[in-house]
Amino acid sequence: MLGIIRTIWMTFLHMFHRNETVQYPDVKPYLSPRYRGRIVLTRDPGGEERCVACNLCAAACPVDCISLQKGEREGRWYPEFFQINFSRCIFCGFCEEACPTYAIQLTPDFEMSEYVRQNLVYEKEDLLISGPGKVHDYSFYNVSGLKIPGKNKGEAENEAKPVDIHALMP
Amino acid sequence: MAKIVIDGREVEARSDVNLLQACLEAGEDLPYFCWHPELGSVGACRQCAVKQYANAEDTRGRIVMACMTPVTEGAIISVEDPEAKEFRGEVVEWLMTNHPHDCPVCEEGGECHLQDMTVMTGHRERRYRFDKRTHNNQDLGPFVKHEMNRCIACYRCVRFYRDYAGGQDLGVFASHNNVYFGRHESGTLESPFSGNLIEVCPTGVFTDKPFSKMYSRKWDMRGAPSVCSNCATGCNTIINERAGKVRRTLNRYNDEVNRYFLCDRGRFGHGWVNAPTRLRSAGYVINGDMTPVPAQAALDHFGKIAASGRLVGIGSPRASLESNYALRKLVGAGNFSTGMAEPEHSLVKLAVSLLAAGPARIATMHEMEQADGALILGEDVSATSPRMSLALRQIKRTAFNKAADQARVPHWMDASVRTLGQDTISPLFVVSPTVTDLDGFAQDAIRAMPEDAARLGFAIAHRIDASAPDVAGLSEAEAASASRIAEGLLAAEKPLLVSGLQYASAALLQATANIASALAARGKTPLISFVLPEANSMGLALMGGLSLDEIAAQTADATLIVLENDLSRRLDGAQFEALVGSAASLVVLDHSVTPTAIRSQVTFPSAAYSETDGTLVSAEGRAQRFLQVVYPDAPLQAGWRWIADMAQAAGLSHVQPWARLDDLIAEIAATMPVFARIPEAAPAADYELEGTPLRSQTHRVSGRTAIRANISVRDIPPPSSPDTPLHSTMEGSYSTDMPGTLIPFYQVPGWNSEQSLNRFQQEIGGKMRGGDCGVRLIDAAGGSGTFSSGIPEAFRARAGQVMLLPEARVFGTDEMSMMAQPIADRAAPAVVRVGGTVAEGARVRLSLGGEIFTVDAVSDPSLPEGVATCPPHMVSRSWSVPEWVSLEITAPAERVGTESAV
Repeated sequence: MLGIIRTIWMTFLHMFHRNETVQYPDVKPYLSPRYRGRIVLTRDPGGEERCVACNLCAAACPVDCISLQKGEREGRWYPEFFQINFSRCIFCGFCEEACPTYAIQLTPDFEMSEYVRQNLVYEKEDLLISGPGKVHDYSFYNVSGLKIPGKNKGEAENEAKPVDIHALMP
Repeated sequence: MAKIVIDGREVEARSDVNLLQACLEAGEDLPYFCWHPELGSVGACRQCAVKQYANAEDTRGRIVMACMTPVTEGAIISVEDPEAKEFRGEVVEWLMTNHPHDCPVCEEGGECHLQDMTVMTGHRERRYRFDKRTHNNQDLGPFVKHEMNRCIACYRCVRFYRDYAGGQDLGVFASHNNVYFGRHESGTLESPFSGNLIEVCPTGVFTDKPFSKMYSRKWDMRGAPSVCSNCATGCNTIINERAGKVRRTLNRYNDEVNRYFLCDRGRFGHGWVNAPTRLRSAGYVINGDMTPVPAQAALDHFGKIAASGRLVGIGSPRASLESNYALRKLVGAGNFSTGMAEPEHSLVKLAVSLLAAGPARIATMHEMEQADGALILGEDVSATSPRMSLALRQIKRTAFNKAADQARVPHWMDASVRTLGQDTISPLFVVSPTVTDLDGFAQDAIRAMPEDAARLGFAIAHRIDASAPDVAGLSEAEAASASRIAEGLLAAEKPLLVSGLQYASAALLQATANIASALAARGKTPLISFVLPEANSMGLALMGGLSLDEIAAQTADATLIVLENDLSRRLDGAQFEALVGSAASLVVLDHSVTPTAIRSQVTFPSAAYSETDGTLVSAEGRAQRFLQVVYPDAPLQAGWRWIADMAQAAGLSHVQPWARLDDLIAEIAATMPVFARIPEAAPAADYELEGTPLRSQTHRVSGRTAIRANISVRDIPPPSSPDTPLHSTMEGSYSTDMPGTLIPFYQVPGWNSEQSLNRFQQEIGGKMRGGDCGVRLIDAAGGSGTFSSGIPEAFRARAGQVMLLPEARVFGTDEMSMMAQPIADRAAPAVVRVGGTVAEGARVRLSLGGEIFTVDAVSDPSLPEGVATCPPHMVSRSWSVPEWVSLEITAPAERVGTESAV
């Protein structure tokens, strides 16, 4: 009996509390930049695709919803296709953690509902954005040893000039 | 065996190995780089440091390199000792100071021995803040990619390439931190074993170029054990698949056959299974074009054709035993051809009968490596069976090892053994009409035409055992050679004799068999091997059937069914037309579009070796099963399934469909006594380990819910097949004790590279823990053998004519591998080598099989006048047998003149 009265009293008090309802979608909630929403593929500061198709995101994915195929253009690795099945994605962010080039990033966008499940399969064209995302300066090929157009052997960070193997000096 | 103590644990160790091997065999995780089970120890990388104690009282101990320290009775060592661990950590840290930040863009990533060893030693942070040494790369041709920055200077590549495989064009340049492993300039690696660098290199310096073009990580690919179908040697392979495409071929260890290495034709010759030349649906040929039709329509059409007359079947030495048997059953033994033309048909039969009736055991390749005397009689093994020639190159090791035994140096101490052995003579004799790659290793390399080589062989037999027939009219030099080789073979404990069918000479085979009988009569235990032309030549010879020439008499107004065989490679234009033209209709079952398929009325697409299970019998007489890795879309199915469907369509009740491959195999074993043991070649499809079937994917395989999401987001059940013992997914058991014939990939925790193989062996370099691979169907009859007296006349040049000999090639003369792009890129253009002098840039006109060809000519001083060589199947599609031809040599100036006139 006392319990019922207490419950009615509590409910009554709530009439004087601040309203918790958010007027979504007219009012958008604040989401931090680290929020784990829709996945994008970013570009390096030079505007080239960051993804090198190393397959680590796919390997890290607990629901196996990432699939890609490596391609190669003048020494640069890139994904020939890159598809994410968002109808399976659990937005855990493991792919972002696994990515050695900061290519795959999660964004604070969660508005991706569809009437047809097939439309939740995103291809590379849908994923690739034109900017570097959360990491502004990193370019993987500046620290790797591969030769790519515009960067010869020995021109990456912390690299000596290529050895002249015909030189006689030790 | 010796007892040693590793970290307080007493283990049994073999006394003829080093501590590193003993530790690995005892299951210890001891990192190493430069040691390789087949290449031995050199102590270059200092990575396998352990602590050894003098006795139980010794508490300080000393650090030794495990790979350079022999196992001694009662040795006390510690792998876990903090000082040893720190030492190993420092070594790997030094090795990594120059290693680039490349793993994500490195083909080796995920199956990298350097990654494994770095993790194993615990090194994770780069403290070295100075510049990394860099190198420029070289273009090493269509097979191997070069990325020198990643090198850790373990020297394995040059030790394999130069010391083991005898290559000349890969070397080491510069010094200390700058050492560079490469060629003197960019260019294709000349050795036909260059692909092994990919597996030998512990990091990503040498990677697989064709694989890189369709790359997938190791953990993402399905694997299946397979058998190489590019020659008759029967090397064991693992094929990897992802998304319906075969990605690469890897070596699969079989202690008696190919062990650790493959040849490049085997490793890179699989691309035809993905090529656009594949048949993927049933078809009618209309105006020379293949027009796809539904499988049922094609079968109905076949039913109508078959109802009108007899059926004649042509099998194939490149098809599986099962498909050949099914065809033989469909058409009846009297209407079945082995698919081989004369003289190949008779020669393969002769070879098999000589092997089965003779006293010599058929040599496995491992036995060849250990032979202490060998004669190669009239065969360029380095071209017709490259992997066998690699085994034969190791014969020099037996001489080295004798020298090492005298100096009491263990055999694994590689550099010392080589130094001790450098003056020894390798007991190998080569008799061949042309220069072969093995000449450089041989004690004696004798140039002789096939007839003369056979005569020399008969003479050797007579000099070993006088009851063998002698050869009259030998020259003094030949008689001296015969005596020398006879002495050399008699000095050996296990003399090895190798010959083959390259020069289509029955006398060569008989001469070789005579030598074997003579050696047996003298109390030796000879080993013998005949190189056969194709993957299942031996199987077809055992099965029996008519030759193409014999079957041609029976094809009139019959329905001719050709199983996975391109007759245009075996019959010249006129013979081909006669055979095909006489038949009422031609039905072809093949996996690729061939000139024969284009002539057919109905074509059925059969599954390639990667898409079905089957059995092949190698030249050694070993029946081996290949397993499917791709699950193809309908209507692709195994040849024997098509044949059962065809029988149904034609209303032929004597062939009832087999539900599973195992039913068919059981039927073959029951009806043909020679194949009674083929069910033992591999476990049946219902094989289970620990209560579940085996899996063919790794646990970490990715993209399961995304890989076909672009087609449909809905999940479909994983593919399955009633024929294969491997489950198509990651679900199932996998252990180091699984049978050697069912290993889909090598991986154990902490060991992701192929070096994890050590864990699958009973002892390193020994048998697989899960048992043997394949089963030998024939073996020597024993006894003393008989002597043949079919001694041929000596070769005599003819005026106005030239003897044209087939020049076998590793790349170019084989049928299926040439449909793989990397092999086609590697194959050199066909030239005719002419004995005597020919002006540079000259061309020859010659007539082969009724057609005229004009080919570039090169002078070859090693050939006598009146002799020329030409690669078979490359100039004329069908020519492959020595023939007298008239050569018309066009001088270069004249040629320019005629061309400008045109």
